[in-house]
Amino acid sequence: MIVEYGGQALDECYQCGTCSSVCPWGDFRDFRLRNLIRLAQFGIEGYEGEDLWFCTTCGMCLDRCPRGVKTVDIVRSIRNIMGEAGTLPPLLQSALSGLEGNGNPWAGDPDKRSAWASEVGLRPHTEESEILLYTCCTHAYDPRNLKAQRTLARLLEKAGVKWGSLGNDEKCCGDPAHKGGRKDVFESLRDGNTEQIRATRPKKIVVTSPHCLENFKKNYEGLKGVTVIHVAELLRDLIRDGRLKPEKPVKARVAYHDPCYLGRHNGIYDAPREVLKAIPELELVELSRHHEDSLCCGGGGGRMWSDTPVAERFSVQRINDACAQGAQSLATACPYCVLMLTDSLGTVGKQDSLEVVDLGELLARSIDMGTLEGSPNPPAMVRGEQSSPAPHATGSGR
Amino acid sequence: MSKAISKDGQAAVGVYVCHCGTNIAGTVDVEKLAKEMAGEAGVVISREYKFMCSDPGQEQIKKDIAEFGLNRVVVAACSPRMHEPTFRRACAQAGLNPFLMLMANIREQCSWVTKDRTEATNKALAIVRATVRRARWMRPLQPGRAKVKPSTLIIGGGIAGIQAALDIAEAGYKVHLVERNQSIGGHMAELDKTFPTLDCSACILTPKMVQVAQHPNIELLTYHEVEEVRGSVGQFKVKVRRKATCVDNAKCTGCGVCITKCPVKKVPSEFDEKMAFRPAIYTMFPQAVPNKPVIDRKHCNYFVRGKCGVCEKFCEPGAIVMNDRDSVRELEVGTIIVATGYDLVDPGQFKQWGYGRFPDVYTGLEFERLCNAMGPTSGKIVKKDGQAPAAVGILHCIGSRDENYCKHCSRVCCMYSLKFAHLLREKTTARVYEFYIDMRAFGKGYEEFYHRVMHEGTRFVRGKAGQVLAPTEADADAPADSMIVVAEETTLGKLLRVPVDMIVLATAMGPAQGAKQVSEMLRIPRSPDGFFAEKHPKLAPVETPTDGVFLAGTCQGPKDIPDTVAQASGSAAAAMRFMARGEVEIDPSVALVRPEMCTACGMCVDVCAYQAIEIDPKRNKAVVNATTCKGCGTCVATCRATAIELQHFTDRQIYHELAGLLGEAW
Repeated sequence: MIVEYGGQALDECYQCGTCSSVCPWGDFRDFRLRNLIRLAQFGIEGYEGEDLWFCTTCGMCLDRCPRGVKTVDIVRSIRNIMGEAGTLPPLLQSALSGLEGNGNPWAGDPDKRSAWASEVGLRPHTEESEILLYTCCTHAYDPRNLKAQRTLARLLEKAGVKWGSLGNDEKCCGDPAHKGGRKDVFESLRDGNTEQIRATRPKKIVVTSPHCLENFKKNYEGLKGVTVIHVAELLRDLIRDGRLKPEKPVKARVAYHDPCYLGRHNGIYDAPREVLKAIPELELVELSRHHEDSLCCGGGGGRMWSDTPVAERFSVQRINDACAQGAQSLATACPYCVLMLTDSLGTVGKQDSLEVVDLGELLARSIDMGTLEGSPNPPAMVRGEQSSPAPHATGSGR
Repeated sequence: MSKAISKDGQAAVGVYVCHCGTNIAGTVDVEKLAKEMAGEAGVVISREYKFMCSDPGQEQIKKDIAEFGLNRVVVAACSPRMHEPTFRRACAQAGLNPFLMLMANIREQCSWVTKDRTEATNKALAIVRATVRRARWMRPLQPGRAKVKPSTLIIGGGIAGIQAALDIAEAGYKVHLVERNQSIGGHMAELDKTFPTLDCSACILTPKMVQVAQHPNIELLTYHEVEEVRGSVGQFKVKVRRKATCVDNAKCTGCGVCITKCPVKKVPSEFDEKMAFRPAIYTMFPQAVPNKPVIDRKHCNYFVRGKCGVCEKFCEPGAIVMNDRDSVRELEVGTIIVATGYDLVDPGQFKQWGYGRFPDVYTGLEFERLCNAMGPTSGKIVKKDGQAPAAVGILHCIGSRDENYCKHCSRVCCMYSLKFAHLLREKTTARVYEFYIDMRAFGKGYEEFYHRVMHEGTRFVRGKAGQVLAPTEADADAPADSMIVVAEETTLGKLLRVPVDMIVLATAMGPAQGAKQVSEMLRIPRSPDGFFAEKHPKLAPVETPTDGVFLAGTCQGPKDIPDTVAQASGSAAAAMRFMARGEVEIDPSVALVRPEMCTACGMCVDVCAYQAIEIDPKRNKAVVNATTCKGCGTCVATCRATAIELQHFTDRQIYHELAGLLGEAW
């Protein structure tokens, strides 16, 4: 059954234990990925332990496995078996059921999906559009990320980019279901989205989340041959082409956090750094774990919809690392990372010494936004913004 | 079955379809095949049999040649690479020119690639029909003969080259042993003790080194490099460069004063794995053979800055020759043995296991130098700060067995890791941890050695070390400057964070630097892992596809000293096979120029990869050197005047074969 669900790689594991020893959960939990794979090699049909749901699919094990075993696919396969049996963790279950109905995992109103474009005006995708801008559900509905998305919209206007969007017809790429054990939900979204996207005949798709990037590039067979890039790459290109001119100095020491799905999974390390280095007087520092060694924020793989004690959160480790490097800002390029890091920042009370900021927001501070200056959210130095929990979540914070 | 006799030039073909047990008969309808071939034009007898390569099978062919006057034979069976020589010999014994026998491959190219009986049988019919048609146009050929010079070039002076040189020299043949460093000995000279006997490496190596130096049949060419190889088996023409040493070995007494006086003191010593320094004029190690210094002109003040000459001043015998320059000479040899050895892959890529990030992380060879009494610490196992280590981690499979680096297993590391554990427990009071996936103790005395080491208190962790980190809050009891080895003890399922202050990485072995150039120079292929490719992994482990060129030692793949020495002797024997006979048969399937059609345009000369064709200036026609020609056919295809023909594969023969495949009447 696991083979059917994509676990062929099982044959190759020689049980060396590298996966267990590089897994970020190793310090906190007894979960040993090697053991899970061993059980799978012996043909278990499911796994009742709760540890199965701790994996964030960060990809450290995938990167380091000497046999090239597709560890993440195996975890997903077993989760899919549990999903078929209807035994997902409750919070995740409800988020994924909502995904089917609302087209997003945040129980957000589909009619309000494009609210982020209210200042600049929503542009439907047409033949003249340079890019199809595909906005992540988290950018559309989470208040903290919504701010970043509004800033992005102003940047695109400033650069004169002819962007187009699917508007309120846009739906989740399906990532939470793909990683969280509801293959059926994912496939339904994938097929619907593929049809919808292909119908617009986009020249280039720009996604705002590395998770959407991963799905469109690797899991949407129907989009093969269509160019898909992440917004960090777009911003880099706009700066290179002179369409965005970061000229105002931003005197800050900034640490950059590599999101798992931008960095390790898709090899994009340089584009966001190039954007940061283009900002005058910005001092870029590396966290102690960076590039392929970057530590996950803890949000992927469906973990967004679960509770983690503060002492066990990876995001707290990242915040401590940023403070240890003397950084004033922790910049990143993924809505999950922004959400997780911002939330933990508040919980550990460090919001007065560090801010969590999206790449586009930092860039916007360096650009003379002209007539867009008078918009509701001026790009001033904002500190300690906490995300408010999305409507459906329960529990004492993430 | 007509009894056509060949007197009037008619073809009389015998077809033999082999079952090969069930290998062919299991998929191809061999009875149908034999029956249909009986009806082909020119076929006088068509049989099928279980094992054509067996004695009865061969006897049948010989009988039929005599009884039916066969003048062409087609054996439909396995690949010619298996039994072409067998059937050629059988025909020759029956008085039929062996080049009038053709094999039709209905196994590797037919029965082994499909399970569909109809498909396989139809394809086999096409193949055999094609071969029968071609067979009728084959012409008898005589193999050429080339003299084999009774001398061998051995490239590389490590233990493999040394062993092969001694074997060949002792048998009475001449050896030219070329070594690019200024002393023979190779990596084995760097080692301290060797597993499983714990013999001192230099003690067992140096007697052989001295024997090489003193042997009348061995010309020892150290500080030389092979630059060009032309020709073919029996008569290789080799250009060898003597690199300038700036020391006249005849006058030098080996007193060593120049070495002590040299003002350049800090060149990183290659022999000491860059853990110690040497001067610009130096010998590699105390037991070097020859024990004469050379001047490293890249670091010598005289050559770099134009000022010095201290060594020259102090040399009493006047052996320093500052105006010494490289020179090239040509050798002619009958056979070549490649013994170029190995290097460890670049450890700089193993940062996740601490190399380059912490001071006391070592490769196996670096650790050997720490153990060796002539090494940078005079044999004391100490850290960079001079202190003895309190805890040492030995990490297996760093870069080996790893899709991200080298797929292969480097074979010797489990054993040298055990050796290191033993030496550490013997020479220090350190705790020793070994992190392994499997323990490969395959050789004679190896498992016993493992058993012995297990008694000595080393802690074995069955789990590969995933990463090496600086201590964090999770490592409250560890010293602040220690290194934390993170590994899962897989048999317990427990994650371990082990603090150590010294680490030895068992890094992957690759072919020696320059293997690519050697492979191109000698035109020998390499396996996917980068080592030189043997002709057949089981049945021809010392030969290469190039006749007359052999392999010995780790250049063919990772191996320990016992296997290296055994293979070197094997390689020597293989080379002596040619030299003992004194001549070698040349495959007559070579290019032949029809002078009446040649316009001497020279395009064939440009495309020949073996320099086997040239324009004869007197006759102004292209001429092929039959001994060097490999029969590749490139010149044949290139010639615009269609003046070149490939014997045994002429255009006419090939067209008829094609017609047979395509089923058209020609």
